[in-house]
Amino acid sequence: MSRIAPSLSVAIVGSGGSGVMTAGSLLLDAAGTVGWYGTMTRSSGPQIRGGEAAAMLRLSTEPVASPSSRFDILLGIDWLNAERFAAEIPLDRGSLLIGDAGATPPAVFTGSGARTLDLPLSELARGIEGGRANMVALGIIGALIGMPMDSLRSVLERYLGKKGASAVAASLAGVDAGAVNAAGEAGAFSLDTPEDASRELWNISGNEAAGLGALRGGVRFVAAYPITPATEVLEWLAPSLEKIGGVLVQAEDELASVNQLIGASFGGTPSLTATSGPGLALMTESIGLAVASETPIVVIDVMRGGPSTGIPTKSEQSDLNIAIYGLHGDAPHLVLAPVSVADCLFTTQWSVHLAETLQTAAIVLTDQSLGQTRAVIDRPADVAFVSGRSIQTQTVTGYQRYAVGGNGISPMALPGTPGCQHTADGLEHSPSGTPSSRAEDHLQQLDKRRDKLAGHDYGDHWAVVEGEGELAVITWGSSLAPVREALAALDREGIQARVVAPRLLLPVQPERMRQALDGVTRALVVEQSHGAQFFHYLQAFYPQPFELQSMAQPGPLPIRPQDVVERIKNMRTT
Amino acid sequence: MKAITTKAEFLVYALAIEEEASERYAVFADQMETTNNPEVAGLFRKMEQLENEHAREIEKLIEDANVPHINPWELDWGDDDQPEAVDFSDTHYLMTPHQALSLVLKAEKRAVKFFSSVAKGDVDEDVKRLASEFADEEREHVAWVKKWRKKFPRPGEDWAEDMDPPNALE
Amino acid sequence: MTESASKQQAPMKAKDYKSGIKPVWCPGCGDFSVLSAMIKAMAALQLKPENVAVISGIGCSSRIPAYLNVYGFHAVHGRALPVGIGLKITRPELTVLVAGGDGDGFSIGGNHFMQACRRNVDMTYIVMDNQVYGMTKGQASPTTEPDWERGKLTPHGTRINPFYPLVVALASGANFIARASSSDPNGAARVITEAVQHPGFSFVQIMSPCVTFRPEQRDWKKIVRPAPVEATSDPAAAARRLMTDDSFFLGTLFKGERVAFQPEFGGQSAPVTELDKDFKINS
Repeated sequence: MSRIAPSLSVAIVGSGGSGVMTAGSLLLDAAGTVGWYGTMTRSSGPQIRGGEAAAMLRLSTEPVASPSSRFDILLGIDWLNAERFAAEIPLDRGSLLIGDAGATPPAVFTGSGARTLDLPLSELARGIEGGRANMVALGIIGALIGMPMDSLRSVLERYLGKKGASAVAASLAGVDAGAVNAAGEAGAFSLDTPEDASRELWNISGNEAAGLGALRGGVRFVAAYPITPATEVLEWLAPSLEKIGGVLVQAEDELASVNQLIGASFGGTPSLTATSGPGLALMTESIGLAVASETPIVVIDVMRGGPSTGIPTKSEQSDLNIAIYGLHGDAPHLVLAPVSVADCLFTTQWSVHLAETLQTAAIVLTDQSLGQTRAVIDRPADVAFVSGRSIQTQTVTGYQRYAVGGNGISPMALPGTPGCQHTADGLEHSPSGTPSSRAEDHLQQLDKRRDKLAGHDYGDHWAVVEGEGELAVITWGSSLAPVREALAALDREGIQARVVAPRLLLPVQPERMRQALDGVTRALVVEQSHGAQFFHYLQAFYPQPFELQSMAQPGPLPIRPQDVVERIKNMRTT
Repeated sequence: MKAITTKAEFLVYALAIEEEASERYAVFADQMETTNNPEVAGLFRKMEQLENEHAREIEKLIEDANVPHINPWELDWGDDDQPEAVDFSDTHYLMTPHQALSLVLKAEKRAVKFFSSVAKGDVDEDVKRLASEFADEEREHVAWVKKWRKKFPRPGEDWAEDMDPPNALE
Repeated sequence: MTESASKQQAPMKAKDYKSGIKPVWCPGCGDFSVLSAMIKAMAALQLKPENVAVISGIGCSSRIPAYLNVYGFHAVHGRALPVGIGLKITRPELTVLVAGGDGDGFSIGGNHFMQACRRNVDMTYIVMDNQVYGMTKGQASPTTEPDWERGKLTPHGTRINPFYPLVVALASGANFIARASSSDPNGAARVITEAVQHPGFSFVQIMSPCVTFRPEQRDWKKIVRPAPVEATSDPAAAARRLMTDDSFFLGTLFKGERVAFQPEFGGQSAPVTELDKDFKINS
C-alpha cells in the first residue's frame, strides 16, 4: 500500500541517551540532500540528561512551515515515559506506530487506531559492533519514506566523520540493517522526488537565521546573557562575529547587556542582543533610554511560555504586550515579528536597518517554535537596504544632536568628531541635548520621536497579505504558518479567505491595514496567547466596523491547521 | 571525634552506616528512574531494601533507650564519607548494572574494613564480638555482590556515549 | 492541654525534611549531596519544617526548595536574596535559608550578594558552586577560571578576573563565612548547622561539581581538604588567610560579631488615626 502524499510527518521518541535528536537532525539533513523541504522540532522531559525525547519532522516537496495536524509515522526506540508526548504527536488510523519487538507502546498511542509494526531495533543494534538503535531507526524510516540510501549515507559520513571510520561504519551498518528489515514496508509513505534538485537549499534554525540577519544588517557588537530559548542566537553569533571583525561580550546580566549595547551604539557600532521574556522585562528601562536618547539598538525576544519564569522550553506569543506597552512614558519605538524560520533572517536584518535609520530601539519578537525549529529552506535572498544611520561627519557650529524639523531624523555625531560634542540624554532635552523640563521642548521632542517613525515609508514588507474574500484571518508571527495551511485546505473546498499578518507591529499602519482589509466583513484573529493580546491590540489600534472574533490559545501546544479550519467553518455557519 | 568503646556507641555507628547506605541507594534508585534507566534503578532499589533490613535488625539490638543523639559529622569514619555509602558523584545516567554493582562492592568492602578495624581496636569484649560478626556479614555481602555482578557484562568503551546534547530547562 | 513524656513527638529524621519530589538533576551532580547536607542540618537543629523557608533563584541548584518539605519560594534569576531579606525582616521568627548557584548569585545577583552581606540580616545563604552555568548548557560563570575555553559565548576563555566569593563576602561584612564540599555531605551538614546557628548573614560556599558540563570536577574530591586553622573572628586575620586560598580549603573561615540587622516590626504601635494629627489645621 503506497501513496504519494504532499507532506509527511515523522516522529521519533526515545529516552536516556538513545540519540533521538541526532537521528532526527540527520534525517532532516538527508532530506535536504534529496531536495526535500522540511522542519524539525524537538521536545523533551524535564531532565537535563537521560530524559525522554521526541524529534518531530515534517518533510515535503514544497516548503513547509507549520506543524501538521497529524503524524504519519511514530517510531519509538523505547517507550519510557513517551506518553508525555501524546498531545504533541497526534496519530490516527492512517498512522504507523513502530516499536522495538517486545516493547509495548503506551495505550494513548495504540488507542488512536494506528497500525502497529514491531521490528527488532535493539537486537539489530546489538548485532553490530558499536551499533546504535537510533541508526537502525534511521534506516527504517529512510526505507519507509523512500529516501535514497545514498543521501543518508553521505550525511552520516559528513556528520560522524570526525569520530573516526569505525563510528561511521557502525552507523552505516545500523542504517542498512534497519532499511533491510523494513524492506517489506519500503515506500509505504513516499514523497515525490523533487523536480529541481539543483536549487540551493539551506538547513538553518530560526535562531541562527536571526543571528545571520543581524550580521547582514551590519551588527558588529553583541552583548549577551544566556537565557532559554535565546542562547543559541548568541552562541551562533560569538564565533561568527569574530570572523567578520565584530565581537560578543558575555555580560553579567540583562541590565548590563542592554546598556553595553547603548554604549557601543553611541560610539557608532550597530548593536544587538537576544533574550526572552524575563530578560526583556529587565531591559525595559534601558530600552526607554535608547528611545529617549535616540540611540539605535535591537533586542530580539525569543518568546517562551509566560508569565514570569513560565515554560522556558515552549513557545507562546504572550510578550506582545510588553513589547508594545512595556516602556514607561510615551516612548514610540519599533516592534517587528518574523513570520517563519526563513523570515527570521529578513525581519531581523530589516529591524537593524530600521533601528539604525530611525535612531531608535527595535524589539524583534520571534518565539521558541521559530527559534528552535530547524528548517530546510530555499537559500534566503540577499536583501540590501540603501539607507543607514545618519551620521554628522562635518564640524558645524552650534551642532544640535536633537534638532527638530524635516523628517525628524537628526544626524548623530559620533564621539571623535571635532566640534560636535554633546551629551546624549534620557532626561528630556532641548534640541542641543541640554536637559529641559520646558513644555515646549518636551512637546517638540515627543513629536520628533513619534513623527520620525510614523513618517517613514515601510513599504510592502509591513505585512504578509494573501488571498481574497470577505472573510479574513488576522494573525502574526509563528501563527501565520498554520493559518496559511488552513486557508489552503479551505480553498480546496471552495471556501475563500484572506490572511493579513503584520511584520511591523509598531508603529501601526492604519492606512495600509485599511487597504488590506478592504471588503472584509468579518475576521478571525488567531494567536498563541491566553489573554488574546493581539486581539486587543487590533481593537485598540485598528478598530474595524465589522466583527472581530478571537481564537486565542496559550502555549505550550502549537496551533494546528485543522484547528483553524474548524474554527473558520464554525464562524461561517453561525 | 567520638571513639567507639561501648556496645551502645558501636550500635549507633552501625545503625548510622546502614541507614545512610539505604537512603543513599534510595536517592540513586530515584535518579535512575528519573533518567529512564530502569534496570539499574531496580538494582539500587533492591540495595535500598537490603540495607534498610540491616538497619532494622540493628535497631532491635539497641535495647537502651538512652542512646545519645549524635550528629552524623561527630562520628569519626576516618575517610570523608560513611563507609557503606556510595559517593554521590559516582552515579551516571547511562551507568550499567555491572558498574552499579562495582560501586556497591566497593562500599561493602569499606564496611568490612571499618568493622574489622573496630573489632581489632581497644573496645569492650561484646563490641569486639559484634564488630566481628558484622564484619563477617559484610564479607558475605561482598561475595554475594560479586556473584550478582557476574551476571552482567562489563560496559563497552562507549557506555557513556550520548549522541544528543543535554537539555536546557530554563 | 499537656502531653506526657511518653507521648512526645518522635524527633524529626533527616529524610522527613524531603518532599519526595524527585530531583531533575543529572545523576552524579553534587547538589544531591548538598540536599543531603541540608536535611541533616535541619535534623540536627530539629527545625520545625513549617518554620523554615528556603528561597532560591534560577538555575539547577535553585530547584532545591521543591525537594524540601519546608516553605519554599522559587524567585527570579539573581533576586533570591532580596526576597529572603523581605521575608526575614517581617517574619523574624522564621529560619530563612537562601540557595542558588554561582551564576545566579555572583553574576546577575552580584550586587544583591554584596548588599546582603552589608545588611547582615540573620539568614543563611548557600551557594552551590560548579563554576559554570549548567541550566543554560554550559556558559562560563563568574567563578570560572579565565582560561576555560569550552564556553560557547567565551570560546577563548573569559580572560577576566574571576569572582572570589569569600573575599567579597568578608569585605562586604558577612558575619559567618565558610566553605564546604559536596564530597563530604556530613562535613557540609556541620557547616550549615553552624551557619544557621550563627547570628547575622551567614554565607556558605559549597563546591558542587557539574558532571555534565564540567566532568573534570569529579576530581575535586581529591583536591579539597580541611583548612589548617580554626575559624577566626578577626576580619584582618581572615583576610590574610584568603590571600593564600586556592578555593579548595574547607571549613569555617570567619565568625564575626556584628549585630544582625533586624528593625522593629509589628510590635506595640499607635493606631493609624494618630497620623491625622500631622495634617489637622485646627485642633
